[in-house]
Amino acid sequence: MSAKEQILARIRRALPEPRPDADIPRDYLQAHGARTPAETVDLLAANLAEYRAKVHRVDEDGIAVLLARLLAERGASSVLVPPGLPPHWLAAADPTRIHDREASTPYELDAVDSVVTGCALAIAETGTIVLDGGPEQGRRRITLVPDHHICVVRVPAQVVDSVPQALPLLDPTRPLTWISGPSATSDIELDRVEGVHGPRTLEVILLGAQ
Amino acid sequence: MTGTYLGMPAFPDAAREAVRDEVLRANLRHATHTIRDKRARAVAELEDWDRLRAAGKAVKDHTLAHLDRYLLQLEAAVTAAGGTVHWAADADEANRIVTELVRATGEREVVKVKSMATQEIGLNEALEAAGIAAYETDLAELIVQLGHDRPSHILVPAIHRNRGEIRDIFAAEMGDWGRPAPEGLGDDPRELAEAARLHLREKFLRAKVAVSGANFMVAETGTLVVFESEGNGRMCLTLPETLISVVGIEKVIPTFRDLEIFLQTLPRSSTAERMNPYTTMWTGTADGDGPSVFHLVLLDNGRTDTLADEVGRQALRCIRCSACLNVCPVYERAGGHAYGSVYPGPIGAILSPQLRGTGSEIDATLPYASTLCGACYEVCPVAIDIPEVLVHLRERVVQGGPVTREGIRVRIRPADGHTAERAAMRAARLLLDRPDALRAGERLLARARRLRPRRLPGPGRAWTDSRELPELPERSFRDWWAAREKAAREKGARP
Ligand code: SF4
Repeated sequence: MSAKEQILARIRRALPEPRPDADIPRDYLQAHGARTPAETVDLLAANLAEYRAKVHRVDEDGIAVLLARLLAERGASSVLVPPGLPPHWLAAADPTRIHDREASTPYELDAVDSVVTGCALAIAETGTIVLDGGPEQGRRRITLVPDHHICVVRVPAQVVDSVPQALPLLDPTRPLTWISGPSATSDIELDRVEGVHGPRTLEVILLGAQ
Repeated sequence: MTGTYLGMPAFPDAAREAVRDEVLRANLRHATHTIRDKRARAVAELEDWDRLRAAGKAVKDHTLAHLDRYLLQLEAAVTAAGGTVHWAADADEANRIVTELVRATGEREVVKVKSMATQEIGLNEALEAAGIAAYETDLAELIVQLGHDRPSHILVPAIHRNRGEIRDIFAAEMGDWGRPAPEGLGDDPRELAEAARLHLREKFLRAKVAVSGANFMVAETGTLVVFESEGNGRMCLTLPETLISVVGIEKVIPTFRDLEIFLQTLPRSSTAERMNPYTTMWTGTADGDGPSVFHLVLLDNGRTDTLADEVGRQALRCIRCSACLNVCPVYERAGGHAYGSVYPGPIGAILSPQLRGTGSEIDATLPYASTLCGACYEVCPVAIDIPEVLVHLRERVVQGGPVTREGIRVRIRPADGHTAERAAMRAARLLLDRPDALRAGERLLARARRLRPRRLPGPGRAWTDSRELPELPERSFRDWWAAREKAAREKGARP
């Protein structure tokens, strides 16, 4: 008997028949509190900041100048660019553009200073941005290997209140990365240290009418 | 389970050693109290916590009741998404499968994401025996691995080490495994984390094969989910060409939507955060993004035997958040190593004797590694009634009775030579010798009292037929303990 047949047989022997389907009680909340869209964006900003992300707000007209300034402050000489990033976002920025290519080696990515991406959506209650590999976001590794990640969230369109509101909007067949603040560890005497292997600096730009 | 912990002394002996270690106790006390206070605040933020907890319990129970159906659905979905599924009945089979898969790549080293399943089966040792080096990449696991040590906590495996000890381990050992620690390394956590970053980065960048576990597997979509904080998980899950995930069969859940429950309860219960810094979800392989080869090894290794026990099977609901460890007065004193398995604390006390059987002395004594104060049940995000299972397992040890081992229904005899009685009395003495442990037990008991069931359901019922579960704190903890254990002995002595 194969291991598969063996395991399935053991399961069936362990459980009494008949096994009716259970109703899952889903009376938990779909969101914790009622907010206006503006309040939801404020909550996202507050929760991101509490988890040590740097939060900026800007409108379409200001984004190119803001991105140029953030990259300059960082001293970045190169920046990774996903294929679908709106070109005008980086129109004023100095660093050399490195394009997200399948052929790049991890070593090449490690030599890049910063990365700028969009996102699939953001969750206010938990301070989370979710990436799904879409054209404005690129492959998972480009937001991982460089030490500085700038993520642009369109507000309020891309912001939801809660985790239960987020899941129906996501496509599980795409690779998903949920990011809540920069990489961190608490493994040494529970002292929180930011930036172990992922980017040590996460900046989030809330892009929308101010 | 693995040979790693074979030859462990019984729980009371190991625990007595640990409580004598003042450094260990101070480290543990600091850590468990910090986490449990933070956790209480994070949970209190969600007014629907009890409903989320009930829903999580219901999803897991429903899945376990139809485990065959959901595993087949999962297999089909993972296969359709470009992955390959393997089934492993026990540790040896799983180790053989992984070893062969790594060999087939031609590589001699793998990077690993912290995974209890691979610790449970002793995968690192099996790979080493086959000439393959396995590098742990979680900071705490790195500390444990470099220290030639064993993990002592589910979430913070190196909780028993303080910064000075970690510095010494890094300075002495890193050079043997790759990039050495910087000259003059200090003991500031920042500096230590930076040393780990540099040491591991060279491994991440060159790695061709990674081995992981998973927190959840979604049957409907074939999606695997890993929660983490440091980014080492993301490195292992996305940079290498081949990814091999070894996952216990109880980790499956039916639908993608079900994640909405656990994405809320797991981070708050484990790291006391609204959300952990990184969660990775992947479904088979994706074109040009991440590993091009994905293998999923579904692990039984005692889980179907646990499923066959209608009281004990609830242990399979566990989502390994570790909240029960941090509130346990016995864990706080004894430390994780005393439990003699990769699953320490209250969950270890009910899971290990079921996965491995109660044949060894350590497994026969684990059901006694508790004051039955109920705090573990109170914090558990999937409402596992750990005290109920402990009492049930004590009954098995003392009285014998029907159990399933390797798929076969057998009757075990009462433990030889009064193993259980001795274990119980020694565990009692362990606590009675420590007035502070006693006080903690009493305090928690008083708080948890209202939550205790008055009668035990299932096969444990006979035990409570003639007596209610103890009322407290009308009687002192000491009296209660003595009376309970006397009752258990009398019950066990009856023909
Ligand atoms: S038994 Fe419950 S509290 Fe303990 S680790 Fe498992 S899920 Fe968490």
